[in-house]
Amino acid sequence: MNKIFTLAGVVIKELYRRKDFYVLFVLTAVLTLAAGAVNFFRDEKIVRYVKDICLLLIWISSLVITIVTAARQIPAEREARTIFPLLAKPVSRGQVIAGKFLGCWFATGIALVVFYFFFAVITGSKEQTWPVLTYLEAAWMQWCLLAIVIALVLLGSIYFAAPSSTSTISFIVVAGILLVGGHLHVIALQQPEPMQTVLTFVYYLMPHLEWFYLSDFVIYDFGRVPLLKIAEASVYAAVWTEILLLLAWLGFRRKNLTT
Amino acid sequence: MKISPLLALTALLALAITLALGLAPDAAGWSRRGKSDNVFALMFGDGRKLFANQFFTMADVYFHSGYYPSIFDKNSGEQKEIISASHGRKETEEDEKNEDFLGKPRDWIDAFGRNFKIAQHTHLEHGNEREILPWLRLAADLDPQKVETYTVGAFFLREHLNRPDQAETFLREGLRNNPDSYEILFELGRLYRESSHDADRARNVWELGVRKFLAQPLDQQKDNKLVFEEIVVNLAHLEDEAGNYGTAIHWLQTALKLSPNPTGLQKQIDAIQKKMAALLPVAPAKLY
Repeated sequence: MNKIFTLAGVVIKELYRRKDFYVLFVLTAVLTLAAGAVNFFRDEKIVRYVKDICLLLIWISSLVITIVTAARQIPAEREARTIFPLLAKPVSRGQVIAGKFLGCWFATGIALVVFYFFFAVITGSKEQTWPVLTYLEAAWMQWCLLAIVIALVLLGSIYFAAPSSTSTISFIVVAGILLVGGHLHVIALQQPEPMQTVLTFVYYLMPHLEWFYLSDFVIYDFGRVPLLKIAEASVYAAVWTEILLLLAWLGFRRKNLTT
Repeated sequence: MKISPLLALTALLALAITLALGLAPDAAGWSRRGKSDNVFALMFGDGRKLFANQFFTMADVYFHSGYYPSIFDKNSGEQKEIISASHGRKETEEDEKNEDFLGKPRDWIDAFGRNFKIAQHTHLEHGNEREILPWLRLAADLDPQKVETYTVGAFFLREHLNRPDQAETFLREGLRNNPDSYEILFELGRLYRESSHDADRARNVWELGVRKFLAQPLDQQKDNKLVFEEIVVNLAHLEDEAGNYGTAIHWLQTALKLSPNPTGLQKQIDAIQKKMAALLPVAPAKLY
C-alpha cells in the first residue's frame, strides 16, 4: 500500500507544479467575480445566476483538470521511459494503475476543495447564508463522479495512441452521458430496430454520471438529498470505478511497453 | 537604385498614417454593426436573438426552481409560465397535472435518478422572483425587439417585488425599442392604474394601445386579440369606476366582439346598465 501512496504523492506534486489548475482557478474566479459585480435592476440580493455560473465553471474546470491529468499519466511514463525503473522497483503493474488513480483522485479532490471554498465564500458573502452540508454533498458527489471519470480515462490511456485522443474521446463520452444519459431510454423508444435495442442496452450498461450532478440543489436552495441515497450512489460510483480500473489493469498487464 | 530599409519603413508608416486619417471618417459607416450602441449587437449581429430566447427560457427555468422539461420530455414546447403569470392567469389543478412532465418512473435507473434532480413543481415566491431578473435583462439586451421580456420583467418587478419605478423604467426602455407595442402600453397602463393609482395616465396609455392595435393590418389583429381584449376590458373597468358608464359599456361591447367568454362580459354590461338606470331622475308622480 505504501508503494501506491508514494506513486499517488508524485501525481499530486505534478498537479501543483503544472499550471493547469492555477489558470483554471483564476479564470473561474475572475469570471465569477465579474458576473457577481453586475447589478441588475439595482437589486443587491440577486445571487442564483452567480451560483449557476460559478458551479458551471467549477464543473468544466474540474473535468478539464481530471481528464487532462489522468490521460497523460501512463503515456508520459512510457514516453520518458521512466516506466521501466518504476516497474523494476519492484512495483507491480496493478500498483501503478492504483497509484496513478489515487494520485489523480486526491489531486482533483484538493482542487475541488479550493473551488468549493471559493464558491462558498462568494455566494455566502452575497446571500449571508452558509448551507455547508449542501455544498459538502454536492462536492462529494462530484468527487465520486470524478473517480469514475479518472478510471475511464486511465482505461482509455492504455488503449488509445496519444493523450490528446484519450482526452478528446473522454470529454465526448462524459459530456454525452451528463447531457443525454438520463434520456437515452426515451430516445431509444423513438428509434427503429436495431437502434432501439442498441441504445436501450447502452442505457442500462453505461455508468449514470448524471446522478452525481447536484448543482441544481445548490443553485435553487432546494435542500439536501437523503444521506442514504448519497451512500447508495457512492457505492455505485465505487463499483464502476473498480470495474474500469480492473479493465485498465487487464489491458496494462498485457501491454508491450517497449513499442 | 538602392533604397535604405529605414527610409522605406518611414515612407510606409507615413503612408499608413495618411490612409488611416483619410479613411477613418468613412470607415465608421462601412459596417452597420459599427453604428450599434449595443455591445451584443456588435459582437453577435442578428444571431444574438437565438441567445435571447435561451435566456428568456432560463428565466422560466429559474421561476420553476429548475423543475423544467428538457427537449426530450413532453411539454417541452409549451408556453412559458412566466408569460401566463404576467397576464394574471392562476394555475388550476389540471394545469399542475399537465405540467408533471416526468410522469411515473420508466425503470429503476429513472426512479433512483430522481433522487438527484429536482422533481417537484414549485414557483418562486416571497421576493425570490428577483432571481429571474438577470436573465430577462440579458434577453432584453440581446433582443430589444422581444416584447414579452419587458412585459414579464415589469410585471414581476411591480407585482412581486414592489418596485414600480424600476418596472416603469424597463417598460419605457421597451417602448423606445418597440414604439408600436400595445402589449407594453397595456402593461404600462396596469402599472399606472394598480401601482400609481393614476387613472388618467392609465386611460391615456391604454387608449394609445387601442389605437396602435387598430393601426395594425387585419391579419395581425386576428392573431393578437387576447391583449386587445385585456386592454379594452381594463379600460371599461376604469371608466366604470370613474362613473363614465356610457364609455364603459362602449369598451365592453368592443370586447364582446372578440371574447371567447361573451356571457361574462354581457353580465358586466347588464350590471353597468342597471347602475345607469338607478341614476336616472325619477319622474314625480301626479298628485291629482
